[in-house]
This record gives sequence, C-alpha cells and structure tokens, in this order.
Amino acid sequence: MAKRIEASNVSSYYGDFKAIDSVSMTVEPKTITALIGPSGCGKSTFLRSINRMHEVLPNARIEGRLTIDDQNIYDPDVDVTAVRRMIGMVFQRPNPFPTMSIYENAVAGLKLNGVKKKSILDEAAEKSLRAANIWDEVKDRLDRPGAGLSGGQQQRLCIARTIAVEPQVVLMDEPCSALDPISTLAIEDLMFKLKDRFTIIIVTHNMQQAARVSDKTGFFSIDKTGDPGRLIEYDDTQKIFSNPSQKKTEDYITGRFG
Amino acid sequence: MGDYPSRSDNATAGDLGVTSRHAQGAGAGVYPSSNDEPPVGGGGALPKKARFSVETAFRALSTAAGAMVLVIIVAIAAFLVSKAVPALQKNNGNFLTETTWFPNDAEPVFGIAALAFGTVLSSLLALLISVPIALAIALFLSHYAPKRLATPLGFVIDLLAAVPSVVFGLWGRDYFQQPVRDFSIWLNEYFGWLPIFGGEGPFGQSIMLGALVLAIMVLPIVTSLSREVFQQTPGMNEEAALALGATRWEMIRTAVLPYGKPGVIAAVMLGLGRALGETIALALTLGITFDISFNLIQNGGNSIAANIANSFAEANATGRGALIASGLVLFAITLVVNMTARAIIYRRREFRDSAA
Repeated sequence: MAKRIEASNVSSYYGDFKAIDSVSMTVEPKTITALIGPSGCGKSTFLRSINRMHEVLPNARIEGRLTIDDQNIYDPDVDVTAVRRMIGMVFQRPNPFPTMSIYENAVAGLKLNGVKKKSILDEAAEKSLRAANIWDEVKDRLDRPGAGLSGGQQQRLCIARTIAVEPQVVLMDEPCSALDPISTLAIEDLMFKLKDRFTIIIVTHNMQQAARVSDKTGFFSIDKTGDPGRLIEYDDTQKIFSNPSQKKTEDYITGRFG
Repeated sequence: MGDYPSRSDNATAGDLGVTSRHAQGAGAGVYPSSNDEPPVGGGGALPKKARFSVETAFRALSTAAGAMVLVIIVAIAAFLVSKAVPALQKNNGNFLTETTWFPNDAEPVFGIAALAFGTVLSSLLALLISVPIALAIALFLSHYAPKRLATPLGFVIDLLAAVPSVVFGLWGRDYFQQPVRDFSIWLNEYFGWLPIFGGEGPFGQSIMLGALVLAIMVLPIVTSLSREVFQQTPGMNEEAALALGATRWEMIRTAVLPYGKPGVIAAVMLGLGRALGETIALALTLGITFDISFNLIQNGGNSIAANIANSFAEANATGRGALIASGLVLFAITLVVNMTARAIIYRRREFRDSAA
C-alpha cells in the first residue's frame, strides 16, 4: 500500500526563479514526515513537486530525481495522471467541488478513473468517509452540498476524496491552517489512523503539530528573500525538537527566527 | 465605584464640546480648528447625526434611478397596449392562430402564428449551431490556448460582436447566400426524404441562411460570457481535480463545466435574446413568407422583428397597431425565455450559494 519516496538533488523553478535548491530526502513507507520552515522557504513547492502538481503552474519545472519505490516520477514515459493517483494531495484550504454533493465529492476521484458501478461507488464512499472520521456526521445527508459543511468537515471530506482512490502516499499542504483547534485535533487523530495505510508528508507552520504527529521532520529555510529554499536539517522529529544539529533549526524551533 | 461619578462628569463636558463643534457645520468640524477641541477619533460623547448629508442625497438619487426603470417599463407597456388594442379589435382573424398578415386592408386579417413560429425556429436553430462552437472556443481560450494567443483571439471575438447587424444582413444576402444555396441543393438531393430538407426549391433565402447568419452574430456573445465564467472557476477546484489524477479534459468536466453551468445558461439566454430580437439581418436574409413550415432550406421564413422592419413603412394606423401587437408578443416570448433561464439557474441554488 504505502511506498517509499526518495528525492535526490531536487531543485524546483518558477520560470527563472529557483524556489528550492537541491533537496534530498528519503521518506519511509507508513511514516508521517513533517516539513517545517518559514513562509516562502519552498516547503509547499517541494511537496507539490512530489506529485507533479508543481508543473501545473506556467513555466514551472524541476531538476533532479524523484522516485517512488525506485520508479522515476518524472520519467518522460510516465503518465502524470497515474502519478497523481498514486500520490494524493490535500490542500491548504478545504476545496470540495462546490457543485457536488458530499457523496459525489467522496467518489469524484473514482468516477474520474472510470468506476461507474453504483455498488462499488457506494462502498468506496462509505469506506473513505469512515476512514476520514466523517461518516457519522454526514451519513444522513450524503446528498447535501459538500461545500455546506463546516471548514473542518470539508477538510475531512477532502481527505476522504483523496484516499478514496487508494493512493500510496498522501501529501498534505498545511491542511489545518484554515481550521479551528478542535477540527485540527480531529485531522491529527485522523493522520495517526491513516499512517497504517499510507505514507504521509505534511507541510505545517505549526511546530507543535509537527512535534505531535510526525516521525521525521525536515526543516527548510532561506537565507533571504529571492534565494532558493534549502533543506537545512532532516531527522527524527524527536531529535529535531530536542537536540537539533543545526544552529538555524534550533533558532527556528525556539522562536528566535522566522 | 468611586471613579464613576467623575468619569461621567467628564463625558458630559465632552458632549457639550462636540455638540458645539458640530454647530459650526458638519464639514468644517472634521478638522479641529483649535487645540481646545477634542480630536477627531474620540474624546467626549458621540456626535449627532447630520440631518442632510451626501448620504441622504445619494440615497434619494439611487432610489429615483431605480424607480425610473419601473416607470419606463410601465410607460412603454401602456403605450404598446393602447396602440395594439384598437388594431386587435378591428382584426377579423384570430390574432394568435392566423398565419396571414393583411392589417392594411379594409377588412383587416392578421395573426402572429407564422411570425412567432419563424422567430422561434430561426433563433433556436441559430443557438443549436452556435452554442457548441462558442463553448468550444470559450474552453480553448480559457483553458487550452497559451496566454499570448488567447488574449488577441478573445479580442477578435469581441470585435465580431461589434459588427453592426445590417452589415451581417447584407453580407448574408449578397455573399453568403450562394454557398448556402449550394449546400441546400446538396442537402435536398441526398437528405430530401427528411421533411426539413425537402421541397422543390428555389433554395437559399431560407430559414437556414437566416439561422446561420444569426448563429455568427450570437457566437461572440456566448463565447465571451462563457469564457469569463470558465476563467472564474476557483483554481483550487481545478487543482483538486488534477491532484485526483484527472486529465485536462476530465478536470474541465469535473470542475469547470459544473461550476460554469449557470453562467453558461445565462450566456445562452442572452444570445437567444439577441437572436429573437434581431431585425435587419433577418429582414435581409429570410424569404419573407407567411406560413408555418419546418422546411429549412426552401426560400421562405419570417420573423416578428423582420416583419416589423419590412412592413412598417407602408402600414396605416391599423397596420401599425398590428405590428405593435406583434412586438408585444415578441416581448412576451423573450420574457418567458428569461424566466425559464432563471428557473434553471436557481434550481440548484444551494449548491452554488454554498460555494461562494
């Protein structure tokens, strides 16, 4: 189910602007990896490079090598839609499809992949909504608009939509930054639960969150605006937050910088 | 507790100060004229509300403008009805079912049936032709074309909307008629067994020609409005679809089209409005006959607006009244079209509103 992600010397560009410089890290299956760092340091860009969402933006490109279980994600022969199906993504702001019901949102990915049989869709909808800890809240109103839910529920619906297509890896780009603390807690609980099935990489601005949920933490930083972001330190979360080897990491996590 | 009396004393003092400042005039009071006065942002009690202000004047102005719309509509309706009713009373035929149009005779006989039929048929046919093309162009401009191409192309499309309808009419009559005639003859030869392509000829000045010219005229409206709507699709919904493994077309089907549907319907209805009301282009391209026929390629066809343009000059008082009555029918058709469109748009309102 879950797969290993390996990045070696990944640099991402927006046109001529280099957003991240030569990032290398290995993410083990069934772990939660947190990416932290100040705004504009390239965490999100790196995350979007992993499922090739980076290249959706005009003139965006990457250099270096990214593999999932030793298959090159950026191989010219690889079907980009297959990569994205394998590596799902949850975005910063909850983005359920506004014209779709809760049910339709949950199975949107399956429908895109050509699943038409009602019984399969029903089963997948219930399974993924249950896995996203939202089934009990929505089971009586599956035909209501997904955008009518609260922010936290919408985000869990988006997680359900992402995991319904059974990806190997789930990327989360600040999934809780638009949510209140209780909804945030619900998502964090959910992440522990999903860890059994998926490899999770989460970008977060909330260092307590990184410390709470992740097994490993990567700290990104930039020297000054306009410079590319770099991976300063990548280690066990325990070590990063108690005894970081880099001065910059220590400054950041103790609040002296950023 | 002991503090309170002295604080309210201060408040009273401030109140007096502010009131006297406002007595100088609302405008002048904004800037303190001396150091004794309290600062603008606070100090003392709340200032009194100005009795007459720009706010009041603007409110009156906008209310009047809003009311004017109603007055104008009522005035137009009253005028039309007052002119139409006497003519309708002299009518010896049934206005709604009669197909002939002889309102200027001593015994006037006229009816709207053929005209209304021609209007609706030519307009629907025009939409049938133009809407798929317009949506394809709009999607190309909003989601496929590189920006360098999309901007000038969008400009050209908008330019097409600026061409006067009489130019389209003349072009249709003098140039476009020949290819349409050739095409009609071909259709008649091979598909003549279909009633819509049947007939003995002559071909050319037909509903087909009128509808094609209308389609070209409707195209830019539907295209540029749909394009606007498609461009407004939230980027995060497009990304959500792509991240689920959608191809570009699947992304459009999942995120863009459903989101843009109400807007596209509105665009189509605006296009239909233009097609229904189009006058001179149809007066120049249709064959001007008074019958109800689904045949698209034989010379013939007519519309309410084209008939008004063609007959107004020779009409007597009853004739003009009859034409005005036909105009009322056109108005009613447009109204029904608009209300239907609104009904469609509002049907899934909750899905749209909750998206905002």
